[in-house]
Amino acid sequence: MEAILFYGLAAIMVVSSLMVILRKNPVHSALFLVLTFLCLAVLYLLLNAQFIAAIQVIVYAGAIMVLFIFVIMLLNLESEVASKSSHGLQKFWAMAISIVLAISFVSIMTVRVFTGGKGDFSPEAVNAAGNSEVIGRLLFTEFLLPFEITSVLLLAAIIGAIVLAKKKL
Amino acid sequence: MDLITLSIMLLKIIVVFIAMLLGVAYLTWLERKVLGHMQVRYGPMRVGWHGLLQPIADGIKLFFKEDIVVANANKVIYVLAPFVVTVCAFASFAVVPFGNELTIFGQTIPLRIADVNIGILYIFALSSLSVYGLTFAGWSSNNKYALMGGLRASAQMISYELPAGLSIIGVLMLTGSLSMVEIVNAQKDLWFIIKQPLGFILFLICSVAECNRTPFDLPEAESELVAGFHVEYSSMKFALFFLAEYAHMIVMASLVTTLFLGGWHLPFIDISSLHPTTLIGQLVVSLLPICVFGVKVFCFLFFLIWLRATYPRLRYDQLMKFGWKVLFPLALFNIVLTAILQIFNLL
Repeated sequence: MEAILFYGLAAIMVVSSLMVILRKNPVHSALFLVLTFLCLAVLYLLLNAQFIAAIQVIVYAGAIMVLFIFVIMLLNLESEVASKSSHGLQKFWAMAISIVLAISFVSIMTVRVFTGGKGDFSPEAVNAAGNSEVIGRLLFTEFLLPFEITSVLLLAAIIGAIVLAKKKL
Repeated sequence: MDLITLSIMLLKIIVVFIAMLLGVAYLTWLERKVLGHMQVRYGPMRVGWHGLLQPIADGIKLFFKEDIVVANANKVIYVLAPFVVTVCAFASFAVVPFGNELTIFGQTIPLRIADVNIGILYIFALSSLSVYGLTFAGWSSNNKYALMGGLRASAQMISYELPAGLSIIGVLMLTGSLSMVEIVNAQKDLWFIIKQPLGFILFLICSVAECNRTPFDLPEAESELVAGFHVEYSSMKFALFFLAEYAHMIVMASLVTTLFLGGWHLPFIDISSLHPTTLIGQLVVSLLPICVFGVKVFCFLFFLIWLRATYPRLRYDQLMKFGWKVLFPLALFNIVLTAILQIFNLL
């Protein structure tokens, strides 16, 4: 059952993420990206990570992508204008980088087989304590420093956005 | 999962779905009636006793209307949009505990479709997805008014989701859980409206805005945008938007009830501690929580209709200023206040 769900979702994700870059219409691309995010959320659910799944939907699918689409709709890009803007040099670099990425990805995947780490956090243990409780405890004990650094980074980004958006300070 | 639990599960889903549909149908009737009487007129009177069959007549009418897809619309998204809104609105109800337990024929059935340990986040996730429906309905109809409505809807939903999410953090701090069932159980002795008055008021305002109701009904402001994002929709697609809007109202009402008004708990009497021996007694104890829940939901819905009859619409800049400069800081203040009170064991 889980395997069927996984392969189905993975197939949808691969196809929809391809559609993100293949569609000419920016709104369609954005929609396919939302679909990819939703499938990813379901994959998290399959891994018993309900909290991450909900946050994935709320933050990525629900907030960030809505803002993306908001901007696309406000600019109301015509599909032809959008496709004309990509010129030759950009295509070359995009191809070069993706080939390098593909080679490194395939080589890593063939060299090593990834298995889940074995620790205290088996799905049963996490579900017994509650998903959000475990994540909260870890964030504020073991991963406190990265957590705080991220928050400072976000604060800097917020201030930067305000400075950029405000005409006079 | 054996066959009995599976069939009980299916039965619950079907019953809840039909109840939601009926609730939505009669909510439209209630709205027209209450608005009518508040404006010193009768409202629907022709079909059935005091217009009681009016929703059914409306439904049949909408089914047989011509379904028009605008020539320059983006067909796929145009058709998809009403479904997204409706599915999100109806699916949200899955985690709402609308009663305690139903004991019948030796079976104990918990009265909720699912008890997810992130219940409240689930509802927020679905409501943030329903923005897509509104936005895309506005964009795909290729109409200026519709686009304006769609843009307003997405801006408003994003701005008011934030204070809504922050205003319930006080409740979550008091409960220590994201599960709706745990939140209801934590209010056995004292409802959170008393412990969290500021949070309640903030969430109330945000929930009105999330439902796109007056005074926050800018996405469909009929006097400036004709009908906003659904201006080009007809027949059942239009009906789906209506269904979704009223279902969203019901979900928001149950959310307010669950988070702040004690869910299915009665004040002063603990229903779950009663253990009658007779079959009728057991049935009464099982069904009483549902009635209590229903009454509370009804009160909130009446409040929404009352608001519509009372207040004019906000201006758009007022709406944004109010959301970001009043509600958002107050919600943050509520979190800090709750934390301080909790540290000194005052809550």
